[in-house]
Amino acid sequence: MAEPLLAVRGLVKRFGGLLATDHLDLAVLPGELHALIGPNGAGKSTAIAQITGTLRPDAGSIRLAGEEIVPLHAAARVHRGMARTFQITQLLGDDTARDNVALAVQARLGHSFRFWRDARRDPALAAPAEALLDQVGLPESRRALPVADLSHGERKQIELAAALAAAPRLLLLDEPMAGLGAAESLRMTETLRGLKGRIGMLLVEHDMEAVFALADRISVLVYGRCIATGTADEIRRDPAVIAAYLSDEEGV
Amino acid sequence: MREHPARERAALLLLLAAAALLPFLATALGSPATVPLASRIVIYGIAAASLNLILGHGGLVSFGHAAFYGLGGYTVGILYAHLAPGDPFLGLIPGSNQLAVTLPAALLVGGLGAAAIGALSLRTSGVQFIMITLAFAQMLYFLFASLSAYGGDDGLSVRRPNLLGPLNLRDPATMYWVALGALALWLAFQRRLVRSRFGRVLEGIRQNEARVVASGIRPYPYKLAAFVIAGMGAALAGALMVNAMRFVSPDMLHWTKSGELMVMVILGGIGTLLGPVLGALALVVLETGLTALTENWQVVLGPILVVVVLFSQGGLAALFRRRPASDAPGAAGGRLPRLLSWRRRHG
Ligand SMILES: Nc1ncnc2c1ncn2[C@@H]1O[C@H](COP(=O)(O)OP(=O)(O)O)[C@@H](O)[C@H]1O
Ligand SMILES: [Mg+2]
Repeated sequence: MAEPLLAVRGLVKRFGGLLATDHLDLAVLPGELHALIGPNGAGKSTAIAQITGTLRPDAGSIRLAGEEIVPLHAAARVHRGMARTFQITQLLGDDTARDNVALAVQARLGHSFRFWRDARRDPALAAPAEALLDQVGLPESRRALPVADLSHGERKQIELAAALAAAPRLLLLDEPMAGLGAAESLRMTETLRGLKGRIGMLLVEHDMEAVFALADRISVLVYGRCIATGTADEIRRDPAVIAAYLSDEEGV
Repeated sequence: MREHPARERAALLLLLAAAALLPFLATALGSPATVPLASRIVIYGIAAASLNLILGHGGLVSFGHAAFYGLGGYTVGILYAHLAPGDPFLGLIPGSNQLAVTLPAALLVGGLGAAAIGALSLRTSGVQFIMITLAFAQMLYFLFASLSAYGGDDGLSVRRPNLLGPLNLRDPATMYWVALGALALWLAFQRRLVRSRFGRVLEGIRQNEARVVASGIRPYPYKLAAFVIAGMGAALAGALMVNAMRFVSPDMLHWTKSGELMVMVILGGIGTLLGPVLGALALVVLETGLTALTENWQVVLGPILVVVVLFSQGGLAALFRRRPASDAPGAAGGRLPRLLSWRRRHG
């Protein structure tokens, strides 16, 4: 097996008496799309927060391409090649889609202690931002509006474009399809399929159709523990998974 | 919003030229007392604009901005006190009454003070940040109030204003023009700053810090840099004010002064270029007018402020803004509106 791009080992996070992450082991291979599924409250977002660095784990190790990243600031992890999207989008509401993506572009180009030039008129920022918005399929007519006025699905697209601006090796996607319409969901699935193979992805998603269509491997999280990892077929047949999770979901 | 920087610049220059004519107008109208009043407004405008950089653009609610205003003022006062030869400050630094020396010195002292206070207080956020900046400023207030060598509570007179080449700052009109020039330079600098990459990070921090971090930017160094720049702006204002008033006292660092600067920013229009100057104008005029009417002018001022803040979202600047038909950025607006609103608000 190739060296994993992301290797999580023995990760533990407690919120008071609640064990939100319970000795979690997880590996994402280079270029792999690895889905992380589990019922609400299983600790998926908490795991992502620790991997991206917005939440400090109580114990355990997180390696990105072999490098221990737990001591690194979340922003430093982005520069190491790890980008994310949020379950609840986190964007600059007063600013346009272009501005939001341009901020991530300028972060990749180095420090922002540049005080003179008008950033919005800087082609070094505008051109890559436009290209990224093309890539995620945000219509041109929506790019000059304040993000707060855009639809939920459009904001999800912008977040993905901003994440891609970091030129990541690893992308952490927290429910990118949640709340999307059928057409938007399909569009997002296609965008992610296009990234497969080039960028490793950890995809948290409840849309099982998308997960089974996209994932190379799936890990199932229940009460902060990983109860199974395998291909879609293996996961479908896994008795522990059926007992804990899939039976309820597919019954609906 | 950002479509016509050239037109906006032209309008700003026109406004500046009009403001420069004020001393002539005051003479013509036989109201010479207006000129020193205008100097105070212009200088407060610099201080309020500098606070607006961190408060309006960075979302950092500093309640201790008067600390840097006072540091700038005391730099001028203390350098003046050590003017006599053979009496250097701390036995090292010779005194000076040259504006070309005292202004850079004030900027340096204000910047260093802001670096020290900012480095510690920017590790906190929210109410904690408000309280800690307030506490640091009050510490400096008590420090200067206890410095009996420099007048303690009573403050320090600066008998003659600083010298600046052939200019005589004792002449109220000259003082006003120097202050107006400083305001123009400061606003031009800050206008550039807010539009730069640095300014984009600052605006990002105000709107959503999680987005800034997810973009790969650590907010702290940018907050600190903005805090230092804002502190230098306040120190510039303090240094000019001491020249205009020929007096420095601990009152310049008192928390009520920090509060007044905040009121100017909020009253005038937070996050706008000219809003803080409008706020300074409104507050000084209201204060002067109300003081003439009643001793308890603050009792009257309070409700007026509440009404303005409640009924004109976006401050006085918003009153000048023609509501564009479409609220989208890029929608046409008048000339003045652009000067006063280069950040949209969502209501
Ligand atoms: N900051 C927090 N403080 C306390 N409990 C939390 C916090 N964040 C998450 N939790 C709890 O941890 C558990 C896992 O939450 P989360 O990671 O959001 O689940 P998921 O994303 O899988 O739905 C839940 O029980 C949640 O209530
Ligand atoms: Mg979640």
